Amino acid sequence: MEFLGLFNYWVVIVLMMIGFYIVICSNNLIKKLIGLTIFQTSVFIMYISMGKITGGTAPVLADGITLYSNPLTHVLILTAIVVGIATTALGLAIVVRIHEGYGTVEEDEIHARDKQA
Amino acid sequence: MESFVHVVILSMLVTTAIAIVRVKDLFAVTMLAGIYGLLSASFFVLMDAHDVAFTEAAVGAGISTLLILTTLSMTGRFEKASVKPQTDYRPVLALVLVTVTGALLIYGTQDMPGFGTADAPAQTHVVPRYLNDSATEIGIPNVVASILASYRGYDTFGEVVVIFTAGIGVLAMIMSKASSTPVVQTSLMSDHVVLRIVSKMLIPLIMMFALYVQFHGEYGPGGGFQAGVIFASAFILYAMLFGLTEARKVVNNTVVQLLSALGVLLYASVGVVAMINGGSFLDYDFLSADPVAGQMLGILLVELGVGITVASVMIIIFFTFTARSQKAGEPD
Repeated sequence: MEFLGLFNYWVVIVLMMIGFYIVICSNNLIKKLIGLTIFQTSVFIMYISMGKITGGTAPVLADGITLYSNPLTHVLILTAIVVGIATTALGLAIVVRIHEGYGTVEEDEIHARDKQA
Repeated sequence: MESFVHVVILSMLVTTAIAIVRVKDLFAVTMLAGIYGLLSASFFVLMDAHDVAFTEAAVGAGISTLLILTTLSMTGRFEKASVKPQTDYRPVLALVLVTVTGALLIYGTQDMPGFGTADAPAQTHVVPRYLNDSATEIGIPNVVASILASYRGYDTFGEVVVIFTAGIGVLAMIMSKASSTPVVQTSLMSDHVVLRIVSKMLIPLIMMFALYVQFHGEYGPGGGFQAGVIFASAFILYAMLFGLTEARKVVNNTVVQLLSALGVLLYASVGVVAMINGGSFLDYDFLSADPVAGQMLGILLVELGVGITVASVMIIIFFTFTARSQKAGEPD
């Protein structure tokens, strides 16, 4: 299983680039936000992968266990997930307002409107 | 064997992500994003991060899917079929950029320590201190909770303020004026007897589970962030099935808004009380004569504050979105 040593990080990069591609290439604002979520989750996966120790267990102290996975990365990502949904919600709220103002959530149509005005 | 399972889950994540790129129906994209969230939660369980898995399952597969669906009900279901040729978008250029960046990053991973190694820098710097000393300093078994609420209490306070601010932001952005005098509208779902009865049975259990996660967080996986999102999902389920008007009778708008501020206030007050007792901000050692008892009291109160704020902000966000979509003439 040696060749799988960096597999997690490669998957993280693939996911991150897929999210990045959606963000820069999608024309729809909601899909852009979903792309951002994919990007964000890939970072979560990277941190959690870094914290895992082979043979370790969840960091809840108990008798007879000596090897624990890294609790610090868990703390960082735990809070990041909840902050992430809060900011996504804010993004969606902005999208709702854009839709009310422009009647569309497609980026090129919004630009076309702006040029007309 | 274990490494085989996580390879499978990661491959499924990549497949789901590629499907999200290709599908044009935003409803399907949202469902795929929910699957993506659930898969990553399963991955976190494999990586021993149970606290994180809890949160991701409730947030990634539950609340975020619902929010996007509510937004879609206002903005329309389909992405425009194809980008018109006269626009500035050049997908090929973007693909090249993404591939080059990805290749550079993969080249960069060659210097990363292998997956699962115990002597990697991330494992040897500050973490041994947390694992070795937290039992005597804090006195609770769940190291994640003691780091979250005590060692890195400043951080967590900042995160709670960010969540609170996002709640205010959503309110400022899309709070409809009609929300104070709600239109009586019955939910489409209220005709479904099975859904209604099963959810009525489930909602108390969900709330009890949330309370368990909240107050058992010191001893097992759990804590304020997880409990907050689980607790909010009970109310969201209720609002979905019985309509916003009914849900507003259970939790009044003003009360939730006050509660969301109260959680932050509770967190900050614990810090201030520690200062009054002669310690520094959020130094729980000074909350009680015995430092360990002080730490336990501090963590309990702080986690409670986090739970209250997270639950109320999630409820506020969902209710505000739903109220906005009702204004556009849609049923609940």
